[in-house]
Amino acid sequence: MIEIRTHGRGGQGAVIASEILADAFFREKKFVQAFPAFGVERRGAPVVSFTRVSDGEIRERCEIYEPDHLVVLDPVLIETVNITAGLKPGGWIVINTNRDMCGSGLCETFRVATVDANSIALKYGLGSRSAPIVNTAIVGAFAGATKLVGLPAVLEAIAEFVPVRKENNMKAAEEAFKSLIVASKR
Amino acid sequence: MKKVIMGNHAVSYGVRASDVRVISAYPITPQTQVVELLSEMCANGELDAKFIAVESEHSALTACVGASAAGSRTFTATSSQGLLLMHEIIHWAVGARLPIVMSNVNRAVGPPWSIWTDQNDSLSQRDTGWLQIYCESNQEVQDTIIQAFKIAETVMLPVMIVLDAFFLSHTFEIVDILEPESVRPFLPPYRPAKKIDVADPHSFGNLASPSEYFELRYMIEKAMEDSREVIKRTDKEFEERFGRGYGVVKPYRCEDADYILVTSGTVASTTRAVVDAMREEGIKIGSLKVRVFRPFPFDEVIATLSKAKRVGVIDRNISFGHHGIFYQEVKSALYGRTDVPVTGFITGLGGRDVTPPVIRTIAEKLIKGTNLEPDINWIGVKI
Repeated sequence: MIEIRTHGRGGQGAVIASEILADAFFREKKFVQAFPAFGVERRGAPVVSFTRVSDGEIRERCEIYEPDHLVVLDPVLIETVNITAGLKPGGWIVINTNRDMCGSGLCETFRVATVDANSIALKYGLGSRSAPIVNTAIVGAFAGATKLVGLPAVLEAIAEFVPVRKENNMKAAEEAFKSLIVASKR
Repeated sequence: MKKVIMGNHAVSYGVRASDVRVISAYPITPQTQVVELLSEMCANGELDAKFIAVESEHSALTACVGASAAGSRTFTATSSQGLLLMHEIIHWAVGARLPIVMSNVNRAVGPPWSIWTDQNDSLSQRDTGWLQIYCESNQEVQDTIIQAFKIAETVMLPVMIVLDAFFLSHTFEIVDILEPESVRPFLPPYRPAKKIDVADPHSFGNLASPSEYFELRYMIEKAMEDSREVIKRTDKEFEERFGRGYGVVKPYRCEDADYILVTSGTVASTTRAVVDAMREEGIKIGSLKVRVFRPFPFDEVIATLSKAKRVGVIDRNISFGHHGIFYQEVKSALYGRTDVPVTGFITGLGGRDVTPPVIRTIAEKLIKGTNLEPDINWIGVKI
């Protein structure tokens, strides 16, 4: 089983990112489960959501405490939330940032990929300058970095789950898939 | 068609497949998406039903009572405080013998306010005469809604389908969505023997004197007893048509089990993963999910549990001044029929996560058998 935890802020689309991920794996014949850790439903508040992927039926119906991989929609969360809690060594951290994350110490233990999802989202008119919606770009980057799921499945999942601007969201995912930077030394 | 959908939408698709004619509901977290999708389906013509928007849950169920008495297949959805506001009409629907189907998302009762799961809302309606079925997956939710209409219309009692807040209501997973065309042969249109009809007038809900009321209550209990076979027959027919059956209980690795954990809702699912892990270590443990809670499956519970050395019941609820409610029910079912010792465990109230380590703690306490309280063992309480 692969367990993925997504960290974001209310309004960035973290919950839908975990659902798109699940749907993409489903299109590659996996069993999937995605759900949010429901807390304060406020714009800007830290949000966590979960995705499980398996070759067989998924029976665990609880939160994920020891994820295999992380998706991080807001790099500032790294300083405010213990996002790597329970993350398995060698796991991927896919982060939305335009900075080099290897000064943070993350690269010693984990595999780190960065993508400037804010710029990509704005380029395709997703959200506003102060609140870009980066979920589709970051899912594209996750597929590109981890190679656990293919881009065609991600694009199909976006078409299914994103209610508006489907084309632009798919383009954002594709661009993130191609432009991510693997920052890890591992 | 298989799609990845949330538990709340699994309810909506079950309602769509059942050709429901009248829906009345009031939105409440965490069941809001049930009603959202149904109102969309009514608006775009996907579902040929009248959607009655109301100002409260009491009115929602009352509208269903009227529509059902007039001969329509009728549905409502609610949760927690909303269910409690319906309470007067919950009883009414039973006395009036109306086959209304309702989904209730298990949400803890306030104060303090909580939107997270526990079972006290639905279990507080235990003695009203509604059939209650607790689900553990989105597929089971959709399929059980469809079964529920058939059961309700056969025994003329209302049915409540119960699912956990967030751990099911907001969990996306794969569901084989059934289309109304394929469900119609299984669930033909509702044709009541009597209905409100100006061309054929009858009295409904009239005064019953002491010479009549008693017999009407007897008949409700008789219908509840008759529903046992109807539930099994309906599940079997559903399985023959659609390849999925659920049983009134679901025993897992109980045949040779020394220790059995009794569970319900999503905890039943997580517990099976723990059972497998402990079996790999050579521990003879099994689990029993209680799916149908009313009518209580006495025969199946007794048959499964009486061979065990020790039984533990996991309750995500509490009857203050008594014990966990599933624990009470299991103990009362076994009384005088077997000597197997039963222990109660309470955990997960107000949405506290019930993880594999929590369930393993319960299993290990049960197996060890020392330092156990006879009736209530609180697991994870921080006091």
